[in-house]
Amino acid sequence: MGRSGPRRMIAIVLSLVITAVTVWLMYIAFVDSADTPQTTYQAMSDNAQLAQDVYTIIFILAGAVMAGVIALTLAFSFIYRERPGQQALQIHGNSKLELLWTLLPVLIVAAMAVPTFNAIAVITGDAPEDSLEVKAVGYQWWFQFQYPELGVVTASDLHLPVDRPILVKLESKDVIHSFWVPQLSGKVDMVPGHTNQLWFTPNTVGEFMGQCAEFCGLSHANMRFRVFVHTQEDFDAWVQSQLAEAATPEEGLAAAGAQQFTMSGCIGCHTVRGNALAMGVIGPELTHFGSRTRLAGGMVENTEVELRRWLKNPPAMKPGSIMPNLNLTDEQIDSLVAYLYSLQ
Amino acid sequence: MATAVGSLSQPEDRSKIWEWMTTVDHKKIAALYGVTGFTFFLFAGIQALLIRTQLAVPNGTVLDADLYNQLFTTHALTMIFLAIMPLGASFFNYFIPLQIGARDVAFPRLNALGYWTFLVGGVMLTSSFFLGGAPDGGWFAYAPLTSTEYAPGKNLDFYTVSLLILGISSLMGALNFAVTIINMRAPGMLMMRLPVYMWMTLVVAFLLILSLPIITVALIQLYFDRNFSTHFFSPEAGGDPILWQHIFWLFGHPEVYVLILPSMGIVSEVLPVMSRKPLFGYSAIVFAGAAIGVLGFAVWAHHMFTTGLGTVPLIVFSASTMAIGVPTGIKIFNWLGTMWGGNIRFTTATYFAVSFIALFTIGGISGVMHASPAVDGQHQDSYFVVAHLHYVLFGGAIMGIFAGIFYWFPKMTGRFLDERMGKFTFWALFVGQNLTFFPMHFLGLAGMPRRIYTYDEGLGWETWNLVATGGSYIIALGVLVFLINFFKTMRQAPTAGDNPWDGGTLEWATSSPPPEHNFDVVPEVRDRDPLWYNRDHGIAAAPKPEHLHIHLPPPSYIPLVVAMGVALLGIGALSHIGVSVLGVAVIVYGVWAWALEPTE
Ligand code: HEC
Ligand SMILES: [Cu+2]
Ligand SMILES: [Cu+2]
Repeated sequence: MGRSGPRRMIAIVLSLVITAVTVWLMYIAFVDSADTPQTTYQAMSDNAQLAQDVYTIIFILAGAVMAGVIALTLAFSFIYRERPGQQALQIHGNSKLELLWTLLPVLIVAAMAVPTFNAIAVITGDAPEDSLEVKAVGYQWWFQFQYPELGVVTASDLHLPVDRPILVKLESKDVIHSFWVPQLSGKVDMVPGHTNQLWFTPNTVGEFMGQCAEFCGLSHANMRFRVFVHTQEDFDAWVQSQLAEAATPEEGLAAAGAQQFTMSGCIGCHTVRGNALAMGVIGPELTHFGSRTRLAGGMVENTEVELRRWLKNPPAMKPGSIMPNLNLTDEQIDSLVAYLYSLQ
Repeated sequence: MATAVGSLSQPEDRSKIWEWMTTVDHKKIAALYGVTGFTFFLFAGIQALLIRTQLAVPNGTVLDADLYNQLFTTHALTMIFLAIMPLGASFFNYFIPLQIGARDVAFPRLNALGYWTFLVGGVMLTSSFFLGGAPDGGWFAYAPLTSTEYAPGKNLDFYTVSLLILGISSLMGALNFAVTIINMRAPGMLMMRLPVYMWMTLVVAFLLILSLPIITVALIQLYFDRNFSTHFFSPEAGGDPILWQHIFWLFGHPEVYVLILPSMGIVSEVLPVMSRKPLFGYSAIVFAGAAIGVLGFAVWAHHMFTTGLGTVPLIVFSASTMAIGVPTGIKIFNWLGTMWGGNIRFTTATYFAVSFIALFTIGGISGVMHASPAVDGQHQDSYFVVAHLHYVLFGGAIMGIFAGIFYWFPKMTGRFLDERMGKFTFWALFVGQNLTFFPMHFLGLAGMPRRIYTYDEGLGWETWNLVATGGSYIIALGVLVFLINFFKTMRQAPTAGDNPWDGGTLEWATSSPPPEHNFDVVPEVRDRDPLWYNRDHGIAAAPKPEHLHIHLPPPSYIPLVVAMGVALLGIGALSHIGVSVLGVAVIVYGVWAWALEPTE
């Protein structure tokens, strides 16, 4: 009989070994994936940590349930595989067992719910009084960042001070986008006609990856941003540099570029504070474009090569780009590049 | 020979095609649903392969952003509405009358109309690829990305019109199935003696009856927004895009159970028969299924945890979602309880059914994980959710459907599918899907968002994306072998006999394939597993009567006419109002002829 004796032991051991190996492999892959640049499991802010602690509890419970069911499925498959002479038990159920496995999920779910509700109350609660407010606005397909208290406006690079609560107000100019910097905060959507918010206190200086997490059209994949968390001094210095108006270059290629910027109609879509003509609000503000690390909604690094590629034909680089192909000649691009990089 | 009266009243020389076009036999309609659904399944599979090929390596160049967005949208729409739902409808059609001991469904012509309307909707949705572009706003079609301002083409009109038509089709089917199960049971077939598969079918029917009207309203609103300048969902004119999300998911979440409950029902049939023992905890499984159906209407906002719902709604919807884990857990344990102490025959159907338990559990438990809004802030719209939903829909729904195909194929055709090829298919699907979908958990953990047509290198996403793509090709291989198996089997002689697996439910009491009238004598039901009861109590099957006077409804071409009217109505909604008017005229004529058609 397969239901007793050594065969049964072998079946149980085998099931446990297969389950253990599976779970172990998953664990290795889990740890490995948690150590990647855009990881969701290396919190660097208070609220992200709070959520991650809940995640840890839930992950362990979920893993245990999964392992249990896999082991049981395997064991029963081995033990009760048909064998000559073996008879199936003719039973319709067992009230005690059934009560047990009604209570088990109840307990597991309760163990997930309690820490969840605690964390949610904090994370979605009011931000502390002394928070620094940042307004993040979604555009197809780039992020604009405004600092209402500081008078700074920028795009694609978000600069923050460490250890100070940050209140991010979320808006959208067109369709729904979602603000997501996994290491600093879970995502919250940017919905046109609504103002959402989230808050967190970054606790580590460093550079963090962000990306739009709500499908928003053709270049949804290319809507990214970076968050730079600085010491307070570095942050203050950055703010000072951003407050300065751009000087219009007087001579050289950059001066020609400044003129080209007007002639090619760039001024209609872009603002450059200090250039009285450039007051457009359709594209990103370019006053300090040269000091940004990323280009085209965080799609690529802000280098001369990429900038040339962008100016040559934006939609070819970024599908659907609202900035049209302006058919610029190479000379015009030379001068524009010189001008744009003078905007430090 | 038993000959049904109905089939005699038609000319003998009618052509085969005409026979299929006018059939009202639930088994033939089931075959139509099955073949059409499987064809769309292959089509959606090819879409998936293209998607995976594009994502195999960073900065892939196989597809451009536009085509990618069309493909991921139609992959979902096709799998949900044109593959899994009709494959479910195929089994419902075939086995409702057989399992409850009836001669047909309650409304045979409505049944035919349901199929033809489904075909119209399916062809219309798919034709969009060749008529200017397929829907590209995701199957959830979030406003305002779907407004004419951001989606000026016809893509989303194809979405609204074909989904409306498909909704009508499903609604007709659901009403028909519910009425049939409630009213046409054989003598002695009490509700609590219904096979679990019938219970799950009944729950699905009610889910559809209650949820389809909701999406119908939403689709009409969207159609009006796009074509008649209303502003239900446009924020700049006082509408609200979040409203769309509420309405969509109020339908969308029950829809998930529409996809998975039938497979839960199939597994609840296969496991006891193959284990040679009754289902463990019948009542618990039935009530758990009903509880899932009811709770399914109270959890929709878990798809909206990141939209800024506020603390209290988050907690309420989190709690209701986690609560669904309880009945789901009960089901899983009862399936395991069914295996426990059995003498299990490991046929291909058993492999699929057993793997369903483990795979569905993985999908279920990851679902409970993001029932926590704290965790969902990281999971939502990331590949973790893609992994979750595919464990539920592939590991769950599709594996269940394959279990059903291998289990019932002898009944439907009189032939066994080849077991060796069947097991190859099983292992290819099992290994392939775990390679494809399990790594997506890791991708989600590494912060990869969904619905992106490209990604950069250096984010730690390369390896798992490549593995996932490899896995998808293994799945394709398994499906290919299944097709070969099917065509090879259909050439062989029918040797299966009435009850090859020694099943206990009524479908096994008749011949394989069953005659047009299903049962020579409608069986009397004394137990949940009537055939086992009769076997164990030495009750012989009723003798075959000498003369059969069984009235079956005659074939009718009128459902086809009405469906053509629906098609014209839809085409008009996409082109010119005149065509719609013509369509309405055809429908009115069809319904009038329907009412007056003689049923003798
Ligand atoms: C029709 C409006 C429009 C015009 C005209 C226009 N742009 Fe743009 N520009 C945009 C938009 C919108 C973006 C953001 C595109 C994106 O990232 O998806 C952009 C992005 C840029 C960027 C990248 C900014 C960043 O931080 O990523 C630069 C640089 C730029 N434009 C320069 C120019 C120059 C130079 C001209 C004139 C030759 C010009 N633009 C003309 C709309 C315009
Ligand atoms: Cu986006
Ligand atoms: Cu849901």
